[in-house]
Amino acid sequence: MTGSSLTHTKKSGEPLVRIARRNELSTGKVWLLRLAAFLLAIAAGGLFMWMMGKNPLTAYGYILKGAFVGSKRNPLSSIQATIIFTIPLTIVSLGLSLAYKMKFWNIGGEGQIIIGAVCATYFALFHSYLPKPILLTIMFVVGALGGGIWALIPALFKVRFNTNETLFTLMLNYIGLYIIKYLENGPWRATPGFANIAKIDESARLPQISGIHIGWIFAVFLIGFIYFYLYHTKHGYEISVVGESQPTAHYAGMNVKTIILRTIFLSGAICGIAGMIQVAGIDYTLSTGVSGGVGFEGITVAWLAQLNPFVIAVVSFVFSVLEKGSRVMQTELGLSAASTGVLQGIILFFFLGCEFFVRYTFVFGKRRASK
Amino acid sequence: MEKTEVAIELSGITKTFGTVIANDNIDLSVNSGEIIALLGENGSGKTTLMNMLSGLYHPDSGTIHVKGQQVSINSPKDSFALGIGMIHQHFKLVDVLSARENILMGTKRIAKKEDKTSKSSIEEISKRFGLEIDLDKKIYDMSVSEKQTVEILKVLYRGADILILDEPTAVLTPQEIDKLFLILRKMRDEGCAIVIITHKLNEVLAVSDRVTILRKGKSVATVITSETNASQLTELMVGKPVVLAIDRPDTEKEPAVLEVVWLGVKNSEGANALNDLSFTISGGEILGVAGVAGSGQKELCEAIAGLLKIKEGAILYRKENIVGKSPAEIIKAGISMSFIPEDRLGMGLVASMDITHNMLLKSYKEGKPVILNRKPARVLAEKLVDTLDISTPSISTPVRKLSGGNVQKVLLGREIQSNPQLLITAYPVRGLDINSSYTIYDLLNEQKKRGVAILFIGEDLDVLLELCDRILVLCHGENMGIVDAGKATKEMLGLMMTGQKLGRDGEINDRQ
Repeated sequence: MTGSSLTHTKKSGEPLVRIARRNELSTGKVWLLRLAAFLLAIAAGGLFMWMMGKNPLTAYGYILKGAFVGSKRNPLSSIQATIIFTIPLTIVSLGLSLAYKMKFWNIGGEGQIIIGAVCATYFALFHSYLPKPILLTIMFVVGALGGGIWALIPALFKVRFNTNETLFTLMLNYIGLYIIKYLENGPWRATPGFANIAKIDESARLPQISGIHIGWIFAVFLIGFIYFYLYHTKHGYEISVVGESQPTAHYAGMNVKTIILRTIFLSGAICGIAGMIQVAGIDYTLSTGVSGGVGFEGITVAWLAQLNPFVIAVVSFVFSVLEKGSRVMQTELGLSAASTGVLQGIILFFFLGCEFFVRYTFVFGKRRASK
Repeated sequence: MEKTEVAIELSGITKTFGTVIANDNIDLSVNSGEIIALLGENGSGKTTLMNMLSGLYHPDSGTIHVKGQQVSINSPKDSFALGIGMIHQHFKLVDVLSARENILMGTKRIAKKEDKTSKSSIEEISKRFGLEIDLDKKIYDMSVSEKQTVEILKVLYRGADILILDEPTAVLTPQEIDKLFLILRKMRDEGCAIVIITHKLNEVLAVSDRVTILRKGKSVATVITSETNASQLTELMVGKPVVLAIDRPDTEKEPAVLEVVWLGVKNSEGANALNDLSFTISGGEILGVAGVAGSGQKELCEAIAGLLKIKEGAILYRKENIVGKSPAEIIKAGISMSFIPEDRLGMGLVASMDITHNMLLKSYKEGKPVILNRKPARVLAEKLVDTLDISTPSISTPVRKLSGGNVQKVLLGREIQSNPQLLITAYPVRGLDINSSYTIYDLLNEQKKRGVAILFIGEDLDVLLELCDRILVLCHGENMGIVDAGKATKEMLGLMMTGQKLGRDGEINDRQ
């Protein structure tokens, strides 16, 4: 019965490369790895620019200049623009991080931004007679409510029917987008024949502090708030436990459903605030471009920052520098928009790849001692 | 069929995972026609070693000879080709298929025209080794022991003459274990080489010819079974002499703390998990629960802790019915009950959190509203590390990095600190080494002396008989009877576990 197997001995060596889980690295080593990833990213990006026939150093120079150095008339204009990019990205990433801490895959940042913006715009368009502080407060509150309720829908289905929140939140993004299209073409259309919505009144626009709308104050406040909420409140503790293990949360006597609904409402509400700020602080109108892809970009930022609110702010800023700077580089060097997309992609690839190496390592087959 | 004398020869096998040395220069040889027991505590490297034979891991250094030839095993396929068959603790069978289909699966012999030859061949093997099984029975209709038989038949059919069994008795009743051993001996007599991985001494002594003992990744000794005894083996396994007796302190009989009356619970699939279950536990008493895995033990614990919906019946805690109360209400109502679940890191503790944050799990709601107060938890964590001798780098180390024994001490410590009147523990020593196990027994006995009522779900019948005052036996969610642990025998429990009820006269009545 087993005769044939006796002679059947394989002579092949061991596998060439294996992926193995690493022991947890010390913080210093992790940062060294990240620094290496950053340098490699710069090098690989430079290689790409060189292949495009551009001098990498000039290209990077334009990125930095574009993000930080303004015009002669207004030397702060560029850095202001970079920060304006940073604000919604930070706020949305903070909002999403609440959901992710609970392992609720909220991919619906876009939709929540949009609905927040729609709700705020309604008051900006039709109740602009109200005094500015009152109007802005109302816009803020309904923006938050709108985003929160939009997020609450998939959460309710999740706790009631255990639906998949990833697909649900993703689909709601498109519904939100088409709501704006409907408003542009229908009830809120400003000029017949064009799909656009009127500019909002002065009374509905956010005031500015040092050249930037006061949205940055919200952002700074939210960083502190989310940090405190996650790490120093009972709610924050509940979120961590539910995220880690729902059976454990049940066992500890937590009301898991309430915690999910509450947290996701808050997550959506924060994204909704970002929508309100975008309308009242920058666009001064509502268009389909209100979210600017931030709802998706925020997912990357939140995870790259490992859900730490302070790191989220830093990562958002780095992303914004890249975003603003490459726009300038693109025009200065006469590159297509796609090539800057490739450059950003290369840099991001190294950043994300680095996190893989923090946790895993390759093991190469060792040479045999004998034979 | 020519056989070489030495079936497997491992020499100088070393395997590391990061900085952890799982196997350190291990030597092991297994002859054809021999049963070798690989004995060692959890984490001593038994399974790692065998996984290298089955092709799941590759050793860092050392050589493997199979039947005299040096080999390199890179995949389970290579392992099969060498005639090595592994029976895992968790069966790898397809439920909806029959035994025959499972055996044929993946062998390329499933084509119709070869069906007839395979039939005779499977039947021939099953007859030769005494593996009695209905080949056309579906797996989902089978008992655990039947499934195991199918697994064994499967590897034999695939041509294995070297069998590795990883903790094969963990899920069996004493009678089924005897039957398994009979099969193993028959296989040995037919010339198979058999490695049985276990940490149960009595099984080692009952079935093996030689024993190789592993301790902390090293092979410390190989002894001939007939020339050794339990205490010598324990000493080799643990590294120092251990007293193998569990204390059962006498306590004053106190009024009932928990009364369960006609309890009926359905499991997540809607099937009856518990049926008409009634029992009481008094203060200062340990009530053991025995039963084959999956007989309703988990549901019983979760029902009492308020985690499962209860279909019928009542659970009286100090004469108050707690059916329908949520876990939070049960905690809030001042019912000091502690449930130490089976799945420690999946339910009782948060694996990624440190000891301090795990202390907070049931008490975080206390104190000021909104803000989380870590201070008392930190004090408690430090106290536990100190009193229970928990070995951890610090109280801010995630509990998943602690060893099984220390994890259990954290969990048990937290529950005991809440001064419960009722303690529910499910498999509290599973995965622990001998010393840790005895620490846990001592802790439970201490609580018993304090007048706490303890429900102890166990798997090792020897431990149940020594530690508990009374033992309730579950079979398919039904109460087979409650026996006095001092008078009961293992055989009696075994029969009850397979569905024979205890009569009023204390004798077992055959149901059939």
